[in-house]
Amino acid sequence: MVLVLTPPRLVLAALAALALSAMQPAGAAEQPDPAADAKAFRNYFVRKFPDVKLEDFVNGPYALNEDMRRQWEEKEQFPPYEFSLEMGKEMFARAFPNGRTYADCFPNQGVGIRQNYPYFDDREGKVVTLELALNRCRETNGEKPFSYLGDEMAALTAYMAFTSRGKPFDIKIPDDPRALEAYQNGKRYFYTRRGQLNFSCATCHVQNPGERMRAEVLAPALGILNAMPIYRSDWGGMGTISRRFTTCNSQIRGVPLAPQDEEYRDLEYYLSYVSNGLPISGPGARP
Amino acid sequence: MASSIRVRATANGEITDVQTLIQHPMESGFVRDAKGGFIPAHFIQELTFEHDGRKVFVADWGTAVSKDPYVKFSFKGGNKGDDLKVSWIDNKGETDTTTVKIQ
Amino acid sequence: MTMIQSRAQMRLSIFSLIPVLLIAGTASASAAGSETDFRAAYAAAEAAEQEAGRLRNQWTVTAAALADAKTAAGKGDFDKAISSAKEAEALAKASIFQATSEKEAWKDLEIR
Repeated sequence: MVLVLTPPRLVLAALAALALSAMQPAGAAEQPDPAADAKAFRNYFVRKFPDVKLEDFVNGPYALNEDMRRQWEEKEQFPPYEFSLEMGKEMFARAFPNGRTYADCFPNQGVGIRQNYPYFDDREGKVVTLELALNRCRETNGEKPFSYLGDEMAALTAYMAFTSRGKPFDIKIPDDPRALEAYQNGKRYFYTRRGQLNFSCATCHVQNPGERMRAEVLAPALGILNAMPIYRSDWGGMGTISRRFTTCNSQIRGVPLAPQDEEYRDLEYYLSYVSNGLPISGPGARP
Repeated sequence: MASSIRVRATANGEITDVQTLIQHPMESGFVRDAKGGFIPAHFIQELTFEHDGRKVFVADWGTAVSKDPYVKFSFKGGNKGDDLKVSWIDNKGETDTTTVKIQ
Repeated sequence: MTMIQSRAQMRLSIFSLIPVLLIAGTASASAAGSETDFRAAYAAAEAAEQEAGRLRNQWTVTAAALADAKTAAGKGDFDKAISSAKEAEALAKASIFQATSEKEAWKDLEIR
């Protein structure tokens, strides 16, 4: 028996299709509003910690714990990251065998530009972080890329952060659906629970800043990347954003993704954007 | 080659405050390398601060002190412009020394 | 003639076969976990872990349980190997559940 769609059936079918599309989850059609997100993000932390000056959030646990702050201020007179910073400065200045330098790869010779990273590359349609840009610079000049988790990348980003100290984060989200998608992806990653411990980034850094996780005092998410890269006493050395992301993952018993994978770059994009206006304080020192 | 010792000494009336940051791996000898063998112990054994020919601070260290140690202490005496000599010797017999003026 | 045997009866008859089997020089399949059972359990765990990998949400403890299963199997301790493999499968499935439910649940945590 052949079913013929008579007009009434056609109408019914059309109505059904319409009803189905109206039942789509709101998120699918929802347009992210990064500016509104950033405002809400900042307000949340300002309200939660009314005694903390806005710029001070970049100092993480030191903004929330007096005793730690005193120790940190003392050590800042002779910061533990000095050696790595010096190494970074030397590395940055040293030419590649082909005669070119890192300065040739970056605007303004690579000085005072850290606050503009990550940015959305509209040619490639992806987020480019400072670490990624540095390795691309190396590869363009015939050099092997550095491990994103190692000392060299940490030293280079430490130097570049240092030249931007005090400059406010100035992350741009161009009017491009792909950039908005990357931003939304980063936001989603931040709030998604993962690992056997079922923590999201937000679990520690939104719900519990200032509280203790074992012996550590948790940093607030606002301004959390401003101090990167950081010399962690725990690591006995300087570590990159990639290192922090991957180790956070494994600490909650989630298998880390590869450093600079899309999720991590998008996460850095989101976290940096919502901290726009707060000063770069890197390289930082943490317990 | 740059010295491994960063030191700053500041005179505050009778007291001189000293801060030092020393670049040294301070290997405990208990950490394994990528192949599974132990990284040999390599640590500063003695750290000495001298002022006016007198030892004002001596540290006898072992493997419990971490990489790139930071020391802060104060001593009586010491005037602005005086020399303060810092030196260390490690378990391999390597040494370094530097002298700074008290500020 | 169908023989419906209880476990005890089965064990008894298996034990009585052991001398024969040993003489025959073949490994005896006891009532405890076998290599075949292990392989099935491990395959199931691995499949689940691969699915978790596709969702980009694997747990470190899953990998550890899989490794434990392999080690135990290598030593011939198939009971332990099977129990580790089953644990790995459960952990992998939990991580899949987590990834799936978090697709929407993350919004609950979002600062608005």
